[in-house]
Amino acid sequence: MSRKIIGPFNRVEGDLEVQLDIEAGQVNDAWVVSPMYRGFEQMLHGKSPMDAMSYVPRICGICSVAQSVAAAYAIADAQGVQMPRNGELATNLILANENLADHLTHFYMFFMPDFTREIYQSESWYAGVTQRFTAVKGTAAKDMLPARAQFMHMMGMLAGKWPHTLSIQPGGTSRAITSVEKVRLLGVLYQFRSFLENTLFGDKLENIANLSSVKSLQTWLVQEQHEQSDFGMFLQIADSLNLAVMGNATDHFMSFGVYPKDGQRLFQAGVWKDGVVSHLQPETIKEDVSHSWMKKGSDPKHPREGVTIPDPDMKDGYTWCKAPRLAGDVVEVGALARQIVNGHPLIKSLVAESGGNVRNRIVARLLELALVVIEMETWVKEVEPEQPFYHISSMPNEAEGSGLMEAARGSLGHWIRVKNGRILNYQIIAPTTWNFAPRDMHGQLGALEQALLGAPIREGEETPVSVQHIVRSFDPCMVCTVH
Amino acid sequence: MTKQLNLLWLQSGGCGGCTMSLLNAESPDVLSCLDMAGINLLWHPSLSLETGQDVSDILHAIVEGEIQLDILCLEGSVICGPNNTGKFHMLAGTGEPMMHWIERLSVKAEYVVAVGTCAAYGGITAAGGNPSDACGMQYDGEKKGGLLGAQFRSRSNMPVVNIAGCPTHPNWVTDTLAEIAIGDFTEANMDSLGRPRSYADQLVHHGCTRNEFYEFKASAEKPSDLGCMMEHMGCVGTQAHADCNTRLWNGEGSCIRGGYACINCTAPGFEEPGHVFTQTPKIAGIPVGLPTDMPKAWFVALASLSKAATPERLKKNAVADHVEIAPSIHLKGKT
Repeated sequence: MSRKIIGPFNRVEGDLEVQLDIEAGQVNDAWVVSPMYRGFEQMLHGKSPMDAMSYVPRICGICSVAQSVAAAYAIADAQGVQMPRNGELATNLILANENLADHLTHFYMFFMPDFTREIYQSESWYAGVTQRFTAVKGTAAKDMLPARAQFMHMMGMLAGKWPHTLSIQPGGTSRAITSVEKVRLLGVLYQFRSFLENTLFGDKLENIANLSSVKSLQTWLVQEQHEQSDFGMFLQIADSLNLAVMGNATDHFMSFGVYPKDGQRLFQAGVWKDGVVSHLQPETIKEDVSHSWMKKGSDPKHPREGVTIPDPDMKDGYTWCKAPRLAGDVVEVGALARQIVNGHPLIKSLVAESGGNVRNRIVARLLELALVVIEMETWVKEVEPEQPFYHISSMPNEAEGSGLMEAARGSLGHWIRVKNGRILNYQIIAPTTWNFAPRDMHGQLGALEQALLGAPIREGEETPVSVQHIVRSFDPCMVCTVH
Repeated sequence: MTKQLNLLWLQSGGCGGCTMSLLNAESPDVLSCLDMAGINLLWHPSLSLETGQDVSDILHAIVEGEIQLDILCLEGSVICGPNNTGKFHMLAGTGEPMMHWIERLSVKAEYVVAVGTCAAYGGITAAGGNPSDACGMQYDGEKKGGLLGAQFRSRSNMPVVNIAGCPTHPNWVTDTLAEIAIGDFTEANMDSLGRPRSYADQLVHHGCTRNEFYEFKASAEKPSDLGCMMEHMGCVGTQAHADCNTRLWNGEGSCIRGGYACINCTAPGFEEPGHVFTQTPKIAGIPVGLPTDMPKAWFVALASLSKAATPERLKKNAVADHVEIAPSIHLKGKT
């Protein structure tokens, strides 16, 4: 048995270390280390609740809006205010803009370049993929970056800038949309749709959204020129490298639900296990710190009572990340979880066939690009410029609230307690906190740790490529993880 | 520009948002910008292929002098805690505190560039009680010093270049790197806080679309109102050094155009304004922070005068989320 320590693990957001025990050509045990601590929960203690809106987006430069939305929901919950419909629509648009840009960045910049490694040079697809996805020099990034930047003009219009906006507020949004701006937003969406249809999918978004089974996906791939699209290229690689049997974690999925409108969320909250969707019970969330560099309290705590006292010398600790559990269970979050919980037929079929794995996580993310752009077009049209975007609200001296939503990478929760008009406690559980958590007091491995078990190691590999595919298939955000 | 310059980009106590903002660069995109400037990326955490051992090899080779390092960019603050051990950020895979890596690499670099307010001054990571003991490369808040010390000079005899901003505008970074690459960037291009004067010699107030409301002190009272945000909403655009309203963000945005206050994110210490970010502190009804270079007595006199003269149109529109009264139309013809 040999121990490998891999880091700095890049093309994830933030710094990451993965430690592996390797035996007989595969990963036998794994430890996921989040190596950086900043302490936002400590910073927020004693601040005015409204100041959270300035601090929390700065937890993360890639999930900045998601952090704002979770904070706005938590404060709105504490204040008992409801955004007007326009505010809700504008918030959804801004959040969707970030989430989709993140999916795109992940696919083109973070995930695909690994297939250009020399280890794959004998593969039939190698030349094409190398030309397209080589880091920094490939043609794909040069196509994608301008499309992404133009798509984010929506941020310029609705959020002032990205990252780190203050336009999202508990009572709605600070930037009303005029009638003519609706047309301009539709223009931005039209342009982005064109990029997705011409370059990523080689097909209409509606046709991607309507894929309903493994079989329909296979049929789609060999039709027309689909194999030459970037999505098609990925599906062929996934097939030839068997990415559908790589990186299975718990196959127990959770989603907080996202994009509310008229009292419903576009993607519903819930928990999926063994083919059954059940209600999400947020009260059963507890954070275990038995293997974190955190002062040990008694039992794992619900985030309402959560405590964050860092200590790098803590016995049994190996990461700054806490270990959140849902009713004691390890759950996986992300686009795949969101779509299985919401019951998308393609994702149901893929998971029924092979569970949660590298291929299926990527397919779910790209599927969301199609699903959500179609929805964004509707949201823009539904904005009523003469109606309000913001409702005035005020914070009681004592209150508590929670804000649960879905960032690109999965379930994000903020819990706030206010006393004497100040923040008494602020706790955050980010998507990658769920996925990249350490062991808990019962010795259960975190989701990625489980996903790495059995990963094949090729002869002489210093930084095993299978491990890289598995890690990056989660699209981790390490700065959110610990915050 | 035949000589290629080697650039190494590291991230520590920050959010990665300056890199994400950099990806918003347009016409040209960031990769084309670097190519145009003759900058070769030795390694960047979000962009490069190399991971794990390959990265450690690059870092060691720079420290050993085997690879020339022309530009070192740090994004995120230097994390010194706890108790100056740097254990709050051990660079993955190396078993060593990131702050030691930054120190060792800085002395090898021709230019050291702090990207973002965190790397420059400590920034948001130093907020509250500064739980991770974060500081900037050459500053700790407004005070010179930081990790490298007040006297530090990189190999080209330059202090740390502070491209401050939270986040940085993509072109503040691409412009500065390109100026460095063509040899045009000297200390004369930096203001007294080490920021590139190309953007820091301007005020956010310049080009503000709420200018007419400002002139007549017609103020917004809540988010989504169209009026000037200086009086009630915490806006310090009249004091903040940056060109956000003349060189826009994400195509056509700025904080103020997004309907919220400028919080002076290019300044050291912006993370602790001493009041709620989005509320203007006042003494006897007068905002504590006055427009830069404006004598107080004149401001008070002019403000009360203009308030008395505020047209009805501005009064109404200032507290609405869309234009309620359009400007009057004057016709020349005598019909």
